[in-house]
Amino acid sequence: MSAGTDLATRRDAGPGVLTVRGLSVAVGNIALVKDVDLTIGPGERVGLIGESGSGKSLTALAIMGLLPEDVSATGSVRLAGVDHELIGANERALSRVRGRRVAMVFQEPMTALNPTMRVGAQVAEAMLIHHTAPDHRHARAAAVALLDQVGLPDPALAARAFPHQLSGGQRQRVVVAVALANDPALLICDEPTTALDVTVQAHVLDLIVAGVTARNSAMLFITHDLAVVATVCRRVLVMYGGRVVEAGPVGDVFARPRHRYTQGLIGAADLDAVDVSGRLATIAGSVPAAGAFPAGCVFRNRCAHASWLCTTSPAWVGPDSAEGFACHHPAGVQDRGVRDV
Amino acid sequence: MSHAHADALPPPTGGARVARRPNPSLVVGGAAVACVFVMALVSFVWTPYDPTLVDASRRLLGLSARHWLGTDKFGRDVFSQILMGSRTTLFVGFVAVGVAAGIGVPLGILAAMTPRRLGELLMRGNDLLLAFPALLLAIMFSAVYGASTLTAMIAIGVATVPSFARVIRSGALQVMGTQYVLAARSAGRRPFAIGVHHVLPNVSSLITVQASVSFAIAVLAEAALSYLGLGTAPPTPSWGRMLQESQELLFITPRLAIFPGLAIAVAVLGFNLLGDGLRDRLDPRLEDHR
Amino acid sequence: MFEHRAAIRVRDLTRDYRRSRTSLLHPGATVHAVRGVSFDVQAGERFGIVGESGSGKSTLLRLLAGLDRPTSGSVVIDGTDISRLPERRLRFLRERLQLVFQDPMSSLDPRMRVRDIIAEPLVAQGIGGRQGRVGELLAAVGLQPEAANRFPHQFSGGQRQRISIARALAPRPRILVADEPVSALDVSVRAQVLNLITDLVQDLSLTLVFVSHDLSVVRHVCDRVAVMHEGRIVETGPTREVYDHPQHPYTRELVSAVPSLGRALAAASAADARVTGAGTAPAGTIEGEPR
Repeated sequence: MSAGTDLATRRDAGPGVLTVRGLSVAVGNIALVKDVDLTIGPGERVGLIGESGSGKSLTALAIMGLLPEDVSATGSVRLAGVDHELIGANERALSRVRGRRVAMVFQEPMTALNPTMRVGAQVAEAMLIHHTAPDHRHARAAAVALLDQVGLPDPALAARAFPHQLSGGQRQRVVVAVALANDPALLICDEPTTALDVTVQAHVLDLIVAGVTARNSAMLFITHDLAVVATVCRRVLVMYGGRVVEAGPVGDVFARPRHRYTQGLIGAADLDAVDVSGRLATIAGSVPAAGAFPAGCVFRNRCAHASWLCTTSPAWVGPDSAEGFACHHPAGVQDRGVRDV
Repeated sequence: MSHAHADALPPPTGGARVARRPNPSLVVGGAAVACVFVMALVSFVWTPYDPTLVDASRRLLGLSARHWLGTDKFGRDVFSQILMGSRTTLFVGFVAVGVAAGIGVPLGILAAMTPRRLGELLMRGNDLLLAFPALLLAIMFSAVYGASTLTAMIAIGVATVPSFARVIRSGALQVMGTQYVLAARSAGRRPFAIGVHHVLPNVSSLITVQASVSFAIAVLAEAALSYLGLGTAPPTPSWGRMLQESQELLFITPRLAIFPGLAIAVAVLGFNLLGDGLRDRLDPRLEDHR
Repeated sequence: MFEHRAAIRVRDLTRDYRRSRTSLLHPGATVHAVRGVSFDVQAGERFGIVGESGSGKSTLLRLLAGLDRPTSGSVVIDGTDISRLPERRLRFLRERLQLVFQDPMSSLDPRMRVRDIIAEPLVAQGIGGRQGRVGELLAAVGLQPEAANRFPHQFSGGQRQRISIARALAPRPRILVADEPVSALDVSVRAQVLNLITDLVQDLSLTLVFVSHDLSVVRHVCDRVAVMHEGRIVETGPTREVYDHPQHPYTRELVSAVPSLGRALAAASAADARVTGAGTAPAGTIEGEPR
């Protein structure tokens, strides 16, 4: 208990690699993400779980400044080593940060790589843009070394290959190499292994974890797959309806979820937990369209425990943004060092 | 059999629809095309003067309150000719595009739905036709059937078939690769029914765009043919022929070339912009807002 | 014990493709998508086919559904060999076997209304009473009647899969073949659609062939499973057996590669215990998680 709280207060107090405060994303006057607080320290691996419509991908895009034109972000995003606010920064300032201080790995490796450029050149390009390699020769050599690090067989030959000549898993390894080329302080991964075969998935996940550990980079890992997040991350945040509804160490959140959505999600994810007629646990109803979420608690129209109290937004119950939940009728009564409502 | 699966339906407008900004191409193009249509419609009801009326006493008059755009070398009112000439332009455009689509669309769909070898063969035949310049075709037709609006239309139409067939074929190939066509096949739908009920509706936006662009080409082609004397025969007003007739007086009375030239330019630009705007508007990738 | 007539009987099925030429002199390479596959599916059974990309499972499905011709071998459905029949003789198959596809986005014609999509098999097979049947089917898959007039893009992924299922059930098939029906869906939606499928299969006494790359899903849904790898079936058996005691090395690799929540959490808590040191209760202790 005491060890847990010490870690928690240290996290929020010290300068994290990534500090997000009150991040909100909207299109027109429809809120897509509301009031997200998030801190990641050096070397930490934090997971962001949610389903479609939860706003998890938008959060990542907002951090990178990659939101589409008609979508706007407010709040604060600060990155260690960058002296200006990232929200609202102009494209020039952002392009100096992207690929250098923060890098992103997306889901689809084929569209993330330029099909007309050899993969070695693409890795080298990342270094040349940000001047982390003195010249072309060094960049090319460093690229081959990186391709070796990410486990491509015969890296010198692989460097001369085009993306379509590689398999899906190999392409994703190249994408990881490009992302880690400049030793970013923060790596953001958005469903990096969802499009891969399960046998390849395990290797690529190991690779990503090894890569960030070697560089002591922080990582924000976004996915809908609970097992993957439990494998890769130590801390997790759960998003629903554009809000963070629960956060905490992975073991705690999954074994003893407090928010009713997290509870429902974990129940539905467990394919072994069936009732007498062999049916899986489900969350009633379906995710509303953006802008159609209920006022007050965003989950109340699907929650079996909702009451009149839930028409008001639940306050965050927890020591900091890294641990806690926002629910008027949370599950479980076990004390985790958090005061019950 | 009741299951506790009941799902609330989304509101009738569905997902978060991001309001699309009005597309400038669509607006400007639409306006220009509308002008041409209005001119044609008006010409059925009223023109200031009879555009075919020759009046030697009123030759080459300048802009005035009586003759808004002046008169030509035969004394015919220019404005009336422009008004009525728009009919020819539209007529030729519609018939030419109609012929091109009528042949090109089924050809394209057929080429996409038949086995690869046959499809390729059809496309090579298509390429042969593409290699024929429209003008050459028109000259051939005119030589055989005599110069008239009709021969101009058919010649232009036939010459536009290849571009339709190509575009529609590539769109149809995409549709044939979708899972819903596979589902239709597994439901037992015959190939002809699949072509009509699945392929055709899903390439309709391509057809619309291609038609707009082809219309512009047809307008220009008709003007060229009339200029060469192979299109609309006098006394029916035609913008292209007005250009030809103004040729000998180009440096004395440039306005006789400027007005029909401007009319042609507006029509062509209008249809091109409309086509571009529609392409952006109807792009299926932009339709999905979820 | 008397022998049930197998609903599906596949023997030595092969499908080769020729790739397009890359040189003038040599013909294109041959891809052996399905290599000598044999298996039986009993009537009323829930049979799973597990494989990764490139395993040939999608090709196998098309061969089962009569949407493709095998290079050699036979597919016998309810006693009739469909592998050499021309399309017009496959009418009986179209009413007996229906498919549910993977991608909820592209398996429904975006230009058709839901009622036309669901009624399509009835139209194609000349079955009447369409309006009533569409209403029935919408209710069976848990959608409101108003859904009939809408277009696919107005629905979520899970709802589109329900529409897909309704369409497949329209001609009252006896065999349902599902190709990754829940792979593109969110976790909570997946649970709902899986429940729907298992309920319908049960209520209508359907034979189910369920294809997926996701072992945990197949394990939940199916009685027996076949594991496919590079065009061949490498192992078959009751699902529990195959998962708990995989015999073939590929099956073993597959089973061990699946990230399991239980294993991950156990590893996490062990690491926690190391970090916080002895004598301090770790922030989260996990009771033994059965797997």
